[in-house]
Amino acid sequence: MDDLYRDYILEHYRRPHNFGPLEDASVTREGANPLCGDRITLQLGVVDGVVQTVGFTGRGCAISQASASLLTDEIKGKPLADVQSFGADDLLELLGIQISPARLKCAMLSHDTLRGALALLAESGPEADKDPAGAAT
Amino acid sequence: MTMTSESGTDAPGSAADPRIRDGRLVAEVIRADFPILGTTAHGLPLVYLDSAATSQKPLAVIEALDGYYRGYNANVHRGIYDISERATSAYEGARARIAAFINAPESCELINVRNATEAINLVAWSWGRANIGEGDVIVLTELEHHANLVPWQLLAAEKGARLEFIPITDEGYLRQEVYAELLKLKPKLVAFTHVSNTLGTINPVAEMTAQAHAAGALVLVDGAQAVPHLPVNVQALGVDFYVFSGHKMLGPTGSGGLWARRELLEAMPPFMAGGDMIRTVTLRASTWNELPWKFEAGTPDISATIGLGAAVDYLTGLGMARVRAHEQELVAYALETIEEKVPGISLYGPRDAARRGGVVPFNLPEAHPHDVAQLLDRVGVCVRAGHHCTMPLHERLNLPATARASFSVYSTRQDVDALVDGLRDVQRIFRS
Repeated sequence: MDDLYRDYILEHYRRPHNFGPLEDASVTREGANPLCGDRITLQLGVVDGVVQTVGFTGRGCAISQASASLLTDEIKGKPLADVQSFGADDLLELLGIQISPARLKCAMLSHDTLRGALALLAESGPEADKDPAGAAT
Repeated sequence: MTMTSESGTDAPGSAADPRIRDGRLVAEVIRADFPILGTTAHGLPLVYLDSAATSQKPLAVIEALDGYYRGYNANVHRGIYDISERATSAYEGARARIAAFINAPESCELINVRNATEAINLVAWSWGRANIGEGDVIVLTELEHHANLVPWQLLAAEKGARLEFIPITDEGYLRQEVYAELLKLKPKLVAFTHVSNTLGTINPVAEMTAQAHAAGALVLVDGAQAVPHLPVNVQALGVDFYVFSGHKMLGPTGSGGLWARRELLEAMPPFMAGGDMIRTVTLRASTWNELPWKFEAGTPDISATIGLGAAVDYLTGLGMARVRAHEQELVAYALETIEEKVPGISLYGPRDAARRGGVVPFNLPEAHPHDVAQLLDRVGVCVRAGHHCTMPLHERLNLPATARASFSVYSTRQDVDALVDGLRDVQRIFRS
């Protein structure tokens, strides 16, 4: 019916993958678009340089939440180096829909939050991925 | 109090005017005056329901801009030649008609500004910096648009003044019993909106102003959502400062007004400085021009002001009491129809259409307002989604965002029906 609201986008919105808090996250990062009220909290569990577990919670428009669902599927099980190189264009490709300039912020919220999480992880040093108790928040 | 009880600026429409029938506006006829309403969006007729953000413009306004630029474009208050004199006369004539539209006692009390935001900043900067000191109290409300919030935050931070807020009820009315308590703090200024841009609440301006004056406070009213939609008579309201935007009242962007009582304006220092606002200038000192030009430094937006004059003429021709009656009837229809035909929808704001402007905020349980607005766009329906420049109000209502439909003189029941159909489509898509 609508380019933006294809079935798989709506499916990811209604039943998002990797939705829910992680028990022992290495890093927790919140992201929000205050102008529209989209928000997500993204958590990564990193062991031996690999994103073993990933979870998110949040609320907002279908685009922002489906994007987070797709992104978490994509990075789960990947080495940090691969996750680092996962760019905005890669996420747009993953979404597979035409995003208008007005909705780009919605689509990119999960990616911006991921960048923030990776930066926190880098700040907290190489110990972070071995010591869940030292989780940066 | 309802605004319709106040004396307005109605001029009776001529008996032959097809836009008025049995004392009521005929929006279906009025629409023909607005070229954009004949266009399409995504191949469908444009259903414009975002007039609270900006209104559409009638041909008379578009032609006024065109006429100025084609026929007598020249600067004002300067040239001693024919087209400059015509430009000055059109610009000052527009000011007089805009002033009369809100029943200002004198047209020199009407300062032409870009919009209501600029008007409030002018008052906060000029009157505020001269009159607000450490520990002084300014009373605002939870309903305010950011334009009537942030300038006062800046002033309060600079001066060490204190901001207090009249809370609202869940339905969106100001809690008058709290207001009465706040007035005991002897505020210097009470600033509030005439009509809420988000909930549509029409505030009892005259009563609140009388109470403020009794407590020794001056009153600024944000009329951005009132002047386009109901009769406004600044003398009957009794306020000290009244501000509005031209582009929301069928006029061009870049036009708007600050009205204030003459003695206040005369005592206030200039806001911006430069050409046109001076009487004499030496290298080290200057004296100020008289009102209103003291507050209009530099070349003003001549075309926009002339356009706003044409918009005021257009609205006067319709009659503001009739405009209000039309929108009140439409908002009542919208509240009833939407609630009946869109299951599960949440509607916000006063349920009493007599106390509410033509603004209908809502949320669907299954979809975020952005998704709602995006899907409505695909069927040609334009609504606003977000916080509508009222983040604290959304916080108070515990809503991250809302979608909002809003009306003007050209809005019809068919527009509301198209919205309802669109919302049912959105529900179908999100529920499937």
